[in-house]
Amino acid sequence: MSHAQQPILDPALAPPFPQAALPMLRDTQLRKNVAHATDVIQAKRARLIAEKSDWQQLRSAAALIRDEALENLGGYLEQFETRCKARGGVVHWAADAAEARVIVLGILQEENASEVIKIKTMTSAEIQLNPHLQAAGVKVFETDLAEIILQLGELEPSHIVVPALHVNRSQVREIFARTMGLDNLSDDPQALTAAARNYLRRKFLEVPTAISGANFLIAETGAVAVVESEGNGRMCLTLPRTLITLAGIEKVLPRYGDLEVMLQVLARSATGERMNPYTSLWTGVTPGDGPQRFHVVLLDNGRSAIRTRERERQTLRCIRCGACMNACPVYRQTGGHACGSVYPGPIGAILTPQLTGMKHAQTLPFASSLCGVCYEVCPVKINIPEILIDLRAQVTDQERGKAARFFDPMYLGMRVANLLFSRAWLFHAAQWKARIGLKIFTSKDGWIHSLPSIGAKWTQTRDLRGLPKQTFHAWWKQRKQASR
Amino acid sequence: MRASLFITCYNDTLFPDTGRAVVALLERLGVELDFHPRQTCCGQMHANTGFRAEAFSQAKRFVRLYQDAETVVIPSSSCVAMIRDQYTGLFDELGNEQLRREFKALLPRVYELSEFLVDKLAAVDVGAYFPHRVTYHASCHGLRALHLGDRPFRLLAKVRGMELVPLPNLERCCGFGGTFSVKNGDVSSAMLAVKLEDVMSTGAEFCTALDNSCLMHLGGAMHRQFAGMKTIHMAQILASTEMAPAEVLG
Repeated sequence: MSHAQQPILDPALAPPFPQAALPMLRDTQLRKNVAHATDVIQAKRARLIAEKSDWQQLRSAAALIRDEALENLGGYLEQFETRCKARGGVVHWAADAAEARVIVLGILQEENASEVIKIKTMTSAEIQLNPHLQAAGVKVFETDLAEIILQLGELEPSHIVVPALHVNRSQVREIFARTMGLDNLSDDPQALTAAARNYLRRKFLEVPTAISGANFLIAETGAVAVVESEGNGRMCLTLPRTLITLAGIEKVLPRYGDLEVMLQVLARSATGERMNPYTSLWTGVTPGDGPQRFHVVLLDNGRSAIRTRERERQTLRCIRCGACMNACPVYRQTGGHACGSVYPGPIGAILTPQLTGMKHAQTLPFASSLCGVCYEVCPVKINIPEILIDLRAQVTDQERGKAARFFDPMYLGMRVANLLFSRAWLFHAAQWKARIGLKIFTSKDGWIHSLPSIGAKWTQTRDLRGLPKQTFHAWWKQRKQASR
Repeated sequence: MRASLFITCYNDTLFPDTGRAVVALLERLGVELDFHPRQTCCGQMHANTGFRAEAFSQAKRFVRLYQDAETVVIPSSSCVAMIRDQYTGLFDELGNEQLRREFKALLPRVYELSEFLVDKLAAVDVGAYFPHRVTYHASCHGLRALHLGDRPFRLLAKVRGMELVPLPNLERCCGFGGTFSVKNGDVSSAMLAVKLEDVMSTGAEFCTALDNSCLMHLGGAMHRQFAGMKTIHMAQILASTEMAPAEVLG
């Protein structure tokens, strides 16, 4: 790939967003790939939204269903557990990532599994499951086409629905040719899929253990739902002897009937399709059909804490459709890697810092122009800008007491500005002083081409008109006096 | 009709020409304008940068200054969006019952300029003349927070002599975002570059908007790049007539 250094998607280790974004901004191929991919998905989405006259009602219904589930989350999860167990499933509860990893590895060791196949699951990426399993001697094979590309190319995901959207097909060809030993492979999409299919078939037939995520857990029946586009997921869900499903606790829906709304909004928002090609639903174990041992690992990992906060709770409505990142003008320029998390884009900017308890990823809530397009496209109406602003306040409250922040130009400037805005005469004096002060930076043409300190981040690409001789309020006062 | 003009802190300081245009336009339409001399800022900059207590103090100040105003007109959609979308939350968290009551009574009387013209004055044809090729940038706050819809287009359609060129990707942000433009200056610049491509592709002489903040961003880049296009607030176009053409700064 064009950037030599691999991005870091661990919030505890990732650099601040503005710094992480730089190599992405310089990577013209990556930006082209991201812009093209998101444009294609967005155009498809827009067409399908336009044909639904009840789209806004569907969004409201989806938000209500998710809120209902979150309101009584404990009750619905227990109901799910009871129903799933009654049908032969085993339900595990994991408080955090470490616990979940231990549980999954424990099941694999019980099964004597040295290999495991996987359906695309963001939750497993969140808990960094693959490296953990590999370190314990279990070989992990991804089966989602995009995940195969990333795994074979040793790349990191940059999107939650189309994780390899930053990779174009000539890059895919290079990865497949190199890792599968196919020197004459063309970059024709059909040839590439055929190569992946050949590679996958063997894994599907040979590996008896699989790991999946879940799109929804149904409390009413104990069923699990997975939606996908390729059918590789269905192979993982039906062929192996043992299936382990890892799901965030927020994934629960009260009723089976809720899928009617959720599947409509999910497919349209995620891939711009009326219906996703493969929807798999299963409940526990069916003797003689499909996996005979089935485990569900319910992962908290910070979700309960988000649930307790009134304004931020709506974060957990998220159904991981990725519409917010496709629409986001910041994501369009940087892709997902700059976010330092497996959850990129607008939803990642609010989810990641909250999942890590505001310890990490503190620059993410500021990595937005608050343009509001994420809220507009969100199928479950998460008011992302509102939460971004709320998290900014939390970060600021946490930071402003620190001695090192006292003379930080941004913090100092904000305190001074507050003082000025609290008294009109002070504000007016400051306007006058600013005009005098900026004079040395102002060219003969009346424009400022270069400023020091934080102003330099403005003048790096834009000029600034020098302050006019007369403010508006001074003009008004003069006019009023003249008319007397 | 009486209205109180809240000019906003940055228009007062950086764009007095916009303020003068609002005065010319509204007085021409028979509005009796008032200007509160103690006005400063709506608090948006503090709120969006995470300085909630400071934002609250500006918000409270705004409500106290304008609670008796018949109507408040603001030529900046992002400041109106701040008032509509964020004041309630700030007052719920930090204010008292009286303040919440005062704000609730004031809010329906706060108008963005194009709302005031179209909804309150029912003046779509404001008698403007501006013989230039113009493209309109729908700022994010005007588009998605205030839902201005076709109001700006209806107003611009009635400007005599003007050719309005549609802007591709109208809904896309210019990358300003207040302190975002310096906190994330590089990403903001990349967004600006993409937006500028669309704006320049119209071949217009002017790019207009209802927010001088976006225009400061776009115009700053145009000037830096000797791009051959200027920015102008819509109030200045609507105020412009044959007898008193818009003052266009270099």
